[in-house]
Parts: sequence; C-alpha cells; structure tokens
Amino acid sequence: MTDKTVLTLTINGRDHAISVEPRRTLADAIREDCGQTGTHIGCEHGICGACTVIVDGEPVRSCLMFAAQAAGKKIRTVEGLADGDNLHPMQQAFMDHHGLQCGFCTPGFLMLAVGVLEREPDISDDDLIDVLSSNLCRCTGYQNIIKAVRAAAATMRGK
Amino acid sequence: MTAHTKGSGLKWVGRAIRRLEDPALVRGQGRFTADLPAAHWVRFVRSPVAAGEIKSITKPDGATVITAADLKGVKPITPMLHKFEYKAVAQSILADGVVRFVGEAIAAVVAASEEEAEDIADLVELDINETKPLVDARDALAKGAPQIHAVAPGNVILTGKHKTEGFDAVWASAARTVRIDARSHRQNATPMEARAAHAAYDASGRVTLHCTTQMPHLMRTAIADLIGMPESDLRVIAPDVGGGFGQKMSLCAEYVLLVWLARKLKSSVAWTEDRRENLIAAFHSRDQYVTVEGAFDASAKLIALRADIVSNVGAYSCFPTTCGVEPLMAMAEMPGPYDVQQYECLARGVLTNTCTMAAYRGVSRPVITFTLERLMDKAAKAFALDPIDIRRRNLIDKFPYKSAMGIEYDEASYKETMEMAVTAADVPAFRARQNDARAKGEYLGIGFATFSERTGYGSPAFAARGMAITPGWETVHVTVDPSGFVEARIGSSPHGQGLRTTLAQIIADEIGVPPEFIKVIHGDTDTAPYGWGTFASRSLVISGGATLIAARKVRAKLIKIASHMLEAAENDIVLEDGAAKVAGTDRTVTVAAMAREIYTQTHRFKGELEPGLSESGTYDPPGTFSNACHIAFVRLDPETGFVKVERYVVAEDAGRIINPMIADGQVHGGIAQGIGNALLEEIIYDESGGILTANLADYMPPTAHEMPPIELHHMETPSTQSITKAKGLGEGGTIGAPAAVLNAINDALTPFGVEIDIIPATPQRIRAALRKAEKAAKKTT
Amino acid sequence: MKPAPFVRHVPRTLDEALAILSQVAGQDGRILAGGQSLVPIMAFRLAKPAHLVDINNIDGLDKISSNGKSLSIGACVRHAAFHKPVVDGPLGKLLTFVARHIAHYPIRVRGTFCGSLAHADPASEWCLTAVTLDATMIAKSTRGTREIKATDYFDGIMSTTLAEDELLAEVRLPMLASDTKFGFNEFNRRAGDFAMASSLVTYRLQGGKIIDAHIGVGGAEPSPRRIPEAEAALNGQTPDDAAFRAAAEAASQAVDPLEDHQTDAAYRRDLVRAVVRRALEYTSR
Repeated sequence: MTDKTVLTLTINGRDHAISVEPRRTLADAIREDCGQTGTHIGCEHGICGACTVIVDGEPVRSCLMFAAQAAGKKIRTVEGLADGDNLHPMQQAFMDHHGLQCGFCTPGFLMLAVGVLEREPDISDDDLIDVLSSNLCRCTGYQNIIKAVRAAAATMRGK
Repeated sequence: MTAHTKGSGLKWVGRAIRRLEDPALVRGQGRFTADLPAAHWVRFVRSPVAAGEIKSITKPDGATVITAADLKGVKPITPMLHKFEYKAVAQSILADGVVRFVGEAIAAVVAASEEEAEDIADLVELDINETKPLVDARDALAKGAPQIHAVAPGNVILTGKHKTEGFDAVWASAARTVRIDARSHRQNATPMEARAAHAAYDASGRVTLHCTTQMPHLMRTAIADLIGMPESDLRVIAPDVGGGFGQKMSLCAEYVLLVWLARKLKSSVAWTEDRRENLIAAFHSRDQYVTVEGAFDASAKLIALRADIVSNVGAYSCFPTTCGVEPLMAMAEMPGPYDVQQYECLARGVLTNTCTMAAYRGVSRPVITFTLERLMDKAAKAFALDPIDIRRRNLIDKFPYKSAMGIEYDEASYKETMEMAVTAADVPAFRARQNDARAKGEYLGIGFATFSERTGYGSPAFAARGMAITPGWETVHVTVDPSGFVEARIGSSPHGQGLRTTLAQIIADEIGVPPEFIKVIHGDTDTAPYGWGTFASRSLVISGGATLIAARKVRAKLIKIASHMLEAAENDIVLEDGAAKVAGTDRTVTVAAMAREIYTQTHRFKGELEPGLSESGTYDPPGTFSNACHIAFVRLDPETGFVKVERYVVAEDAGRIINPMIADGQVHGGIAQGIGNALLEEIIYDESGGILTANLADYMPPTAHEMPPIELHHMETPSTQSITKAKGLGEGGTIGAPAAVLNAINDALTPFGVEIDIIPATPQRIRAALRKAEKAAKKTT
Repeated sequence: MKPAPFVRHVPRTLDEALAILSQVAGQDGRILAGGQSLVPIMAFRLAKPAHLVDINNIDGLDKISSNGKSLSIGACVRHAAFHKPVVDGPLGKLLTFVARHIAHYPIRVRGTFCGSLAHADPASEWCLTAVTLDATMIAKSTRGTREIKATDYFDGIMSTTLAEDELLAEVRLPMLASDTKFGFNEFNRRAGDFAMASSLVTYRLQGGKIIDAHIGVGGAEPSPRRIPEAEAALNGQTPDDAAFRAAAEAASQAVDPLEDHQTDAAYRRDLVRAVVRRALEYTSR
C-alpha cells in the first residue's frame, strides 16, 4: 500500500471529498469511494467501455484514468443524465428502441453516445458506427443500440 | 419486421410494449452484485500451470490465506449422471494436492480491499511439481496418455451410443455418402458482467449470498449441501445480473468458498472476478471435433446419418448439468430439422487439463448445426443441386414427428420459414451480383442454415439424460394485494430477457390489469418460490406457462368475487381495464375494490370463497421446437482471408410471440454471438496449457462494426406443447449463425476449390487454405 | 486486476518533471501521459512502476506548432487533436486519416502521440508514421536535449533507445511538399484492434514518374520501418497497378515477419503485400 491522498471529485455537479491511493482508478473511485455504482466495470483494460464517463466534456474509459488525475475536472456519469423525472433523450431512446437487455453495458454506451454527440451533433452514420464500436455489448447484437442512438441524435439536434 | 399475434383476441400479448425493467437500468440504478460494499475482499491465487502436484503453498506472514487444508469439512463438487458410463469426478473447492488446469483456484486471500488482496496474492509462493498436460481431446484419448482423474480411465468421462435398428442395411443401400470433419474451437460466453459474489453473515446465523447466477435456488441447495449447513440458513439473491448465456448457470467453487468464509469470519466478504480470470477460469464451451456422414438415396434424400462427437469437457464436470450437456445434446439433436430415421452416433466427453466446459447459449447446437448444414451443402454440390433444393427434399413437414432418437417434434414450419427467408433474400439477384463481382475479382457468398431449436425442456427431457437433477418445472405465485396491485413471484431468474415485462403481459390479458401495475419478483430465495432459474430458452415457455395457470386461477376467483359483488352471473362478467364489468351494463367494480373485499370482508362470501387473492401455478412441459432459417451474405477478401458479413436475413418461428420487440432483441443478440463464434472468438491454449487469449483484445467478441444489418421475419406456429402457445427463442440466433456464415464463406470460396469446416473461420485459416490451393495450382500448371 | 502501488509525482514544469525523472528512473519510474497503453499493462501487473511522473499538468506540452519546415508535436498532444487537420497541405490530411484508425474515440481523447512513440508497440500507427516520414524525436533529461532520428529510435518490440531518465518531449515531422501523395492501410480483425499489418506510403510525381517514395510497414516486424526494397521498386515507375503490385511484393518479401500462435510468417507476408498495395492504391484515389 502507498499513502492515500485526499482529493475532491466533482461528479454530476456534486463534490465528493475522498481519500485514495494513487493507484485507485477513476472507475473504482466513482463506484467505491463516491458510491455512484451506475458506472460499471467490465474489463479494467480499456476494451469493453462499460466504465465510460464524460470528463471535461470528453467520453473516456474511467478504468484507464487514475482518480487523482480527475480531481478538479467535471465528471459526468449515468446518474447525472436525467433531469429529475425527465430522462435524457438518449435514455428515452434506449428504452423506446430496446437498446438494452441485461443493462450492464448500458451506462457506458449512454455516456459514450452522449459524449460524442454533444461534441459532434452532425456525425455521419458510418462514423457513428465507428464510435459505437468502441464499446462491447453481449446482449443486443448492437442493432437496437444503433437505432436508439440515431433516434436520440435526431432528437438532440432538434433541441 | 415483426408480426403480431393476429386474431388471438389478446390485448397485451403480442404487443411490443416498452420493458418494465428499463427505467432503473437506463438511470444507472440497476443493482448488481459488485455494487455492494463489503468488509473483506477475496482474491484467488490461481494455478499458473496446467497439471501438477502441489508440493507447498507459502503464505506471507500475517496474511489470511485459505487453502484446501482449511476446508476439510467441505465436500467437493461431484455432479452425477446415472447413464452413459459416466464417471463421477470430484472438484475440490480449492485445489487439493493436484492442479488440473491453468486458472484453477488454489488459495483464497482475504484482505480489506481488492487492491490489498491482490498485493498479498502476488506474494503467495506456490511450489508445484509440473507434469505433462493434455490440452487437446484427441491427445487425451491417445493410448498411454496421462490420466487426469483416477476414476476415469483413458480420460473418457462419458460415452453415449445410439444405433437404430436396421441402420447398416439402409447405410449399405445409399446412392452416395458425404462426410464432414468439423472442428469447433473453444469459446467463452463472456457476459459483460463477469462472475461476482458477496456473502454476508448476520447475527441470526444466516448468510445472504448475492451472486451473479442464473439459478439462485439450486445454488442455495448445492452450497448448503457442500458446506453441510441447513439450507434455511442460506439466502441466495441474484440481483440484476449482467448477462449469463449459460456461463452463470453452473455452480462456481468460488461462491461456495465465499459462503464458507462469511460463516468463518462472521462478516461480509466479496469477490468480483476480473476479466482475465473470467477468460481463463470461468466456464468454457464448444471445444469439439464432430464428424458427420450422411447416406443419401439417388433422389438426394438423407436416409441415414452417422456422427462421431468428441467433446473436450476440460478438467472437471460442471454442476448441475454435468459435462454431458454438450456431447449428449449433440447426440440427441444431431438430426436437426431433417427427416432421417436411421442414425448411429458415438458421443464422448473427454477430460483434459483445460478450463471446465459448461453450457453456453445454444450448447452443442451451434456446432452440430454448423456441421449438419455443411453436410447438406456438400451433398447438394455432390448431387448438383441448389442448397435450397436439397433442404426442400429433406426438411420435416409432417407433425408430430418422432426423431430417430425418439424425441417428439411438435408442429413447426421448417419449409415455410426457409421459403420465407429465401424470398426475402432474393437469391437470383444475389447470384447475379455474385457473378459480376467474381468477374472483378471480388468474392461474395451466400449461406443458408435451417435448424430446429428445442426449447422449454421439461423434467422428462433431462431425465432422459440420466441427470441426478432434472430442472424442468417452474412454479409461479400470482397475488393481488388488498390495494389491487399484482405481484408474480417466480422461480425463474431472468437477467436481460425481459421476463418482468412478458410475464406481466400474460397476466394482464387474464385479469384485465395493465402490465405497469404488475410486478414480477424473482431471484431471491426468500421471496420467490423454488424454481430452476433461467437457461435453455425455457423461461417464457415454462415460467410463462406456470404464470398463465396461476393467472387463470386468479381470474376465475375475480370473476366469482365480481359475480357476488355485482350480483350477476359469472358468464356475464368481463375483466378489463382494471375492473370487472357486467357485459352490456354500466355496472362495474374495480379489481382493487374486489381485492379489498376478499381480504377484509371475507364473511360476505359466505364460505364460498377462501380469503385472500393469491394463486399458484406449476408447469412442466414436454418441450417444444422453435425453428428458423438464417441466410448470411458475406464478402471474402482472398488476399487477407478477411470475411465481412454484409447482410443477414432470418425467418423465425417461435410460436406465439408475447412481445415482438423483446423477441427480436433475443434473435439479434444471438446472431452477434453466433457471428463471433463463426469468425472471431477463440480461446487458445498453447502446448503447455497456458491461455494466450486472456484479454478482450485477444479474445474478440464482435463490436457494432462487425455486425451486419439484420432483417427479421416472423412466422407463428402456435405450439401445442406449451399452454401459452409460445416457444422459446433465446438460443436460435446463436445456433443458426455459425452454419449460415460458414456456408456463405464456402460459397464464396467455390471458385478456389477450397473448403473450410472450422469455427472460428479466422482470416489466418482461410488464407492458409487458399495458399495451399494456390501452391497446388502452381504445381499442376 | 488492480495496479500495483506506486508513488505519483505531479510536476508543474518540464524541468521539474525531468528532475523527478532523474531521481526515480533508477527505481522503475515512468512517465504517465495519456495512460491508454500503460494503465492496461499495469492492470495486468505486467508493469509495476514504483513511480509515475504524471506530465498532464505541465503547461505547454499539448502544443502543436509548425515552423514551415517541420511540425512539432508536444508530449501531451492527444490523438484526437488530429481528428481535424492541424496544418494545411498533405501532412495535415495524412495525420487526420491515420488518426481515425487509432483504437477508439474514447482512447483517442486521452492517448498521446508521443506516448505511442515512447510505448513503441510494433502495431502503433504513430510509430509507423514517424518512421515513414523520417521524424526526429526530441529527448530531454537533466543531462540535456538529444535529437534522435527515427531510424535510430526503435529498438525492438516495445523498446526504444530513449534512456530511462529521458522524456520524449517532442516529435518533429518534416512538412510534406504540397504535391505529396499519401496512402495508408491497416488490417485488423475487429474495428479498433491493433493492426496485424499496416502501411503508410508517400511519394511525389515528376513527369508522371514516382520520386521520393517512402513505404513504411508496421505491425509486421518488431518495429515499424521503411522498406528500401519496396521503395526502389516504386521509384521511377508510373503510379499504376503493376508498379503498386511490384512494390507490395517487394515489401512482402523484404520483411522479417513476426510470428505468433495464430499468425505464421506466410500469413504476415500476405498481409504486408495487401496493406502496402492498398496504401498505394489510396494514393491514386
């Protein structure tokens, strides 16, 4: 074990003062130290994307970033997507188009898609498939995830 | 494309309503096992060698490290099969003196955090006297091979044999025989949530085990048996489960240890499997050699079938199905959708120094369907027939049909779905494009797969395999509470299949309460009735049937209550929109009011009705066959061997469809796993028994990029063997895809005179075959 | 799969970073930039650095600049910086085209150009780019600054000639003449995976004939490199199918292929032939 450092993670606008070892990944810190378990861990080596969160506006693998590196940055997780009772268009689209089955990869896909679409609202269909191939889903065969994200993209553009 | 249940008269069944599961999951409010905090964390020290004797285990000073020596009172996992010369091999919870595969748990480190536990695990020193491992099943069968378990001479753990009377004479009469030697390499189901368990001891002496499992009740029974504790002292909860696909059906030694530890520490203890552990030590599957020979008469009718199945079952036998799950299912269902009454089969399960095999979506059927469909295509070529033509001549079209194994097939639509898919695919247009492409040096291929998918296995089907545990039936309790809310407690344990929604749809139609007011409760042995869980495409058929039985009883009682309260004849009562109505009048009473009455004003029913509103149903069906035709379109790059699946057409018949949106999702997901099986996914061992594919860059589930657009067409042949008329469809996608893709690849390879009968058909393997052909061509010119 | 413990250092200036690195280099200290390659191998505990010098908080390291002769890429420039051309002309377009092939979007927003060069994975797209374009690596330490030519930089699989106390502070890519044609192709079995072979090519035309051909091959040998035999086959030819095929064949024969359990030498040569030809075909799109 190494000495713990005290730092503050700002998740969905709320500050969490935590004390962690330097080796604590952002994914573990979000889940274990901040209690936000909506972010899931699927591989811990950056392939599956289940742990995707948005840091300072960019979708990142939270298993490949150390918690200490995210101090002072704005972190968004699946828990912060909805506005109270109003679901984010991406959440609504995943429900409408059956873009989830077991739901384990879903938070990662939601944050990936929202993170990219906020930066590139007019992304082409082909590029969108490239983006969605960043994450793994074992249930849906991706058909309905693609449908859902396309539908949500249209809604988000309309706003 | 989806079809609704036309003319069923049902309001909710057949509708693509949104899932009741989803609101929590899209908000990140799912509750998975790894979300629970624990006082202690476990890290397993796993064997770095495939075979050997453990000479010593040196623990770091002051560390809590559990080994087999600490577990003297705990019985080994010893699954049982009462047939097929099965040898009851035993697996210690932690390796006891001998290790038999890379990844086998040898010791368990307990610490305050996962990081710390892993640090300590790195310091545990193992002295293992390494011996020569057996990795390939054929090597394990060789004379003089080392013996992996003393009880299984020659490393054969079970032998299934079947030969129909008169086989030899019919075989001898054949106009032509065709043979396929197929190889299916090893795969891992790879649920996105790996295994996880959390065991917490409470002051009453009970342990609550949260674990990511498909069968919570049987886990309770099995773990209590092994530890020797009262089953009532163990509560097992399967919370949200992040996919299972069969891998989470079997008992994990790790879960047994967690319960034992919680009792020993009188505290909470957790283990979250990491991805590397999952790939090397969770269950594997599909490692088989299958040789099939078909005897055809002069009209290309299959008259006899002979199969030899060698299934590499790994180092131990899985519980509860035993390792018979693959070889015996292969033997039983090899003839597939084809009418052939003469059948000879030898199916062997072979022990090796590899990770234990268990069920994975489709079990043996992706392999046997791929083999049989390759046989059909090869036979078509031999008879100069179109692949569709030869199937037309051989598909079963009279029902009920009794197979050469004595299994009864209920009515299905083998030919009709094939014609439906073929029409949708527009084969002539494809052939024209294929010819044009070849002229340009581009290689396209089309592949067909027709298959049957046995679903909803009842107890007799498992008993036929001689299983000590026959997980065939299900029980459901449907309760209307005094406020009119409906609850269904089920023994099934869904984990993504949307059963909370589909069962609510079934209940809604019976009692006239909309699905959003119906809560399906599952996965907790304290609150759900004993049942077998969710696997083998069974839940909608069996739990759905039990739900229908229970809901019909509730309906009958509601009608009686309404008849009393509205003073009308039972025949005149209609249940809809949350109320009972007297047909043709405005007299009505809500379900809530009726429920309140039957709980709180029982005396008014003058002893004619029991108090309360709770009924139960149990269902144990004979099993029913879904069917489908898959058509894959591929583009094959002869320079690199790369195969892209460009289009995929399916015509599927799973009887009555309860929720078409959910049904489509099951087929989509199955096809993705099938395409993974066909092209990408392979667990690779080196000669020393080490695994070369222990991460998700080397073990490759498909991404969105590798998936073609899928076109689905449905046909509904209501099942007579299922009271909801629904058949299961959870595995069909996975079963059909390897066959369709491999046939398409072979179609694309036709101009090169090359065939490939290996899954996955990797670009390396395709190029190797092409290179061989290129060399041969050079020699002859 | 949790990394082994380490001490994290967070310098605010480059000098501070170099000072720390000089102290911890001997105790298995390493630079942490984007972390997209380093953190996974730490998760598997294949790397257990005792010290990480995190350079993400140093101002100015994320700069891309051009002096007209070369493009300078700072130590913390992310892959995603190249999603749009960073400079006018063929070099900017080339870098954008190559960047799209690197792993996946969320990896590209964290991973760095120089980090890829320092990690030196044989399959790395940026390593291939550096050797093909004759980049210069700027290595800094408390001992001073050193320029390393691409040909002298790579030293086998995941190995470079950087000293352990040296930080790869900058990579300089020569600007490409405005009439430079380029092409890139890579082969992998799944979107975003490591390339099993890749090729980057550039050339110019003089009187319809190819001059100044650069043909780089990655993923096929322990380090990416330019293939002189293939370049010789191409220079002086007209850019047509026959010339491309001849160059591809030459490259395929010239490489000393990496082999693994699935991929034998013959297959790797097949892939080299295919990616070189396809990269060349891209030049005449």
